[in-house]
Amino acid sequence: MSTQKLFTNSYATRSAAKAFLVLALSYLLFGLLLGVIGGFQYILPPFLKDQLSFQQTRPLHVYLVITWIFTAAQAGIYYYLPGIANRPLYWQQGIWWHFILQLTVSLFIIISFFLGNFGGREYLEFPPLLGAFILLSWIPFAINFFFTLKPNYKTAPVYIWSWSTGIIFFFITLSESYLWLLDFFRTNIVRDVTVQWKALGSMVGSWNMLVYGTAIYVMEQTSGNNKPARSPLAFFFYFLGLINLMFNWGHHTYIVPAAPWVKNVAYVISMTELLILAHLIIQWRKMMRNGRKNYHLISYRLLSYSDGWIILNLILAITISVPAWNYYTHGTHITVAHAMGTTIGINTMLLFASIFYIIKNEKAEVPEKRKTWIRKGIIITNIALVIFWASLLGSGLVKISGRLNNEAFYIIMQKCQPYFKVFAYSGTLIFIGLFILIFLALKILTAKKEITSAGL
Amino acid sequence: MAKIVIFAALFVMYLLYSFTVYTKGTENNISVSATDQLKIDKGKQIFQQYNCIACHQLYGLGGYIGPELTTAYSDAARGELYMKIFLTAGGRRMPNFHFIKEETDAIISYLQYVDATAVTYKRP
Repeated sequence: MSTQKLFTNSYATRSAAKAFLVLALSYLLFGLLLGVIGGFQYILPPFLKDQLSFQQTRPLHVYLVITWIFTAAQAGIYYYLPGIANRPLYWQQGIWWHFILQLTVSLFIIISFFLGNFGGREYLEFPPLLGAFILLSWIPFAINFFFTLKPNYKTAPVYIWSWSTGIIFFFITLSESYLWLLDFFRTNIVRDVTVQWKALGSMVGSWNMLVYGTAIYVMEQTSGNNKPARSPLAFFFYFLGLINLMFNWGHHTYIVPAAPWVKNVAYVISMTELLILAHLIIQWRKMMRNGRKNYHLISYRLLSYSDGWIILNLILAITISVPAWNYYTHGTHITVAHAMGTTIGINTMLLFASIFYIIKNEKAEVPEKRKTWIRKGIIITNIALVIFWASLLGSGLVKISGRLNNEAFYIIMQKCQPYFKVFAYSGTLIFIGLFILIFLALKILTAKKEITSAGL
Repeated sequence: MAKIVIFAALFVMYLLYSFTVYTKGTENNISVSATDQLKIDKGKQIFQQYNCIACHQLYGLGGYIGPELTTAYSDAARGELYMKIFLTAGGRRMPNFHFIKEETDAIISYLQYVDATAVTYKRP
């Protein structure tokens, strides 16, 4: 029943991991701000149209929030790695190489968006050369992960398999997403779009592997029980997740004229998707003892909220994976609702659980006043996200109805306006809720003096 | 050991599946002359350079603040002239990119080509 301790984690590694956390939280803060601006551009078209058009706010928002997800996961892995391996980090300076490379690439990407210099590919809207530098920045991370851990996969717990898979497939899928640079892919739109969906769908799977692995590790540590992460059931669900990562992307391509078997494979597999994590979290909640639950209350709450979002997104994912319905839901805000529910409701909640677990390890005592604000931040975020999510579904349904009635685009947009208003205002509320969490996490992580008072 | 074997088997399947998708799964029956192909390539390049995907979608990829463009060319309510007006002058939401005639024509050629491939999009 023992869990790993963090005693082998040197001050230098912990400091570097915390620097990554600060970087990750900064990505989230600015990503959310750009998201709020983009939301208001929906209801006020002239808003910053000439200074910072939607053509710029959207890629900035997308890049920053995606980078928040994998950077926060990487920060956690750096922090946990020496404790799991029971040896110091293999390449201490590698973390800083990674940090400098990533920060430099991010600055170049942000500047290129502001200057209107685009690569023009969905999710990877920066110039292609910068994609190569993103890959380069991951090399020190991969070296540190595999050489510190030297994993024995015969006995390794499931989170090590998840992290390893996430790293390997990030390299594969990011490279695959640039196949369009070759004439063979670029000159055939069907091939280009299909491969782009394939690469992006699996890339999302790769960083989900990093996040879910982190969540399972935090669950193991907070519950004090290391058996579930080594159980056959955990591995059954891991392999189901891996199959999803490899083959599930196809449900995005129902409308692309690729071969029908691509869609059939995707449909069968997509039905299994989020059950994987839901099962593991439900199992974890059952075994969580009250004493430990109270000791890690903030992490426990965040993990529990993500549980609710998994169920909501599972229902939505199944619905939009049915080909006959997918034809109508694709290209509407229903797809965005699924993306937001997943990235904010699930991934962000899980990553904050990891961040507050690290904070708990670093500074066991945090004032009651801050605990109260953290609780408020979590509640505001989740209530606002429910409203935000519902408004996206609403505008999606209006768009479907408009399409069925052959209405013009601007008529549909006018009818969607009430939903867009709710979406913009609730988006602002999400920003406020998460800002509280970001601000407090940053304040605690960067505090010079040890904070003392009641437990977190 | 069984876990490693399962992983290796799945990974091999993934590689084979990827290769099949790259080749047989995405064959395109539309033939285009070399001159048209150059124009289409130019249109695609401009489409990416101006990050049109931020606001418009092609086959579900892209933003929702502007209309979906996969079948815009053959859409009775839109079509070539309608798109040319927006490309030339912009709109309430769409910035005026000050495209010259050659650029506008290249983008239209690209969208015409996309539209011609959109068989399943038009008839699910």
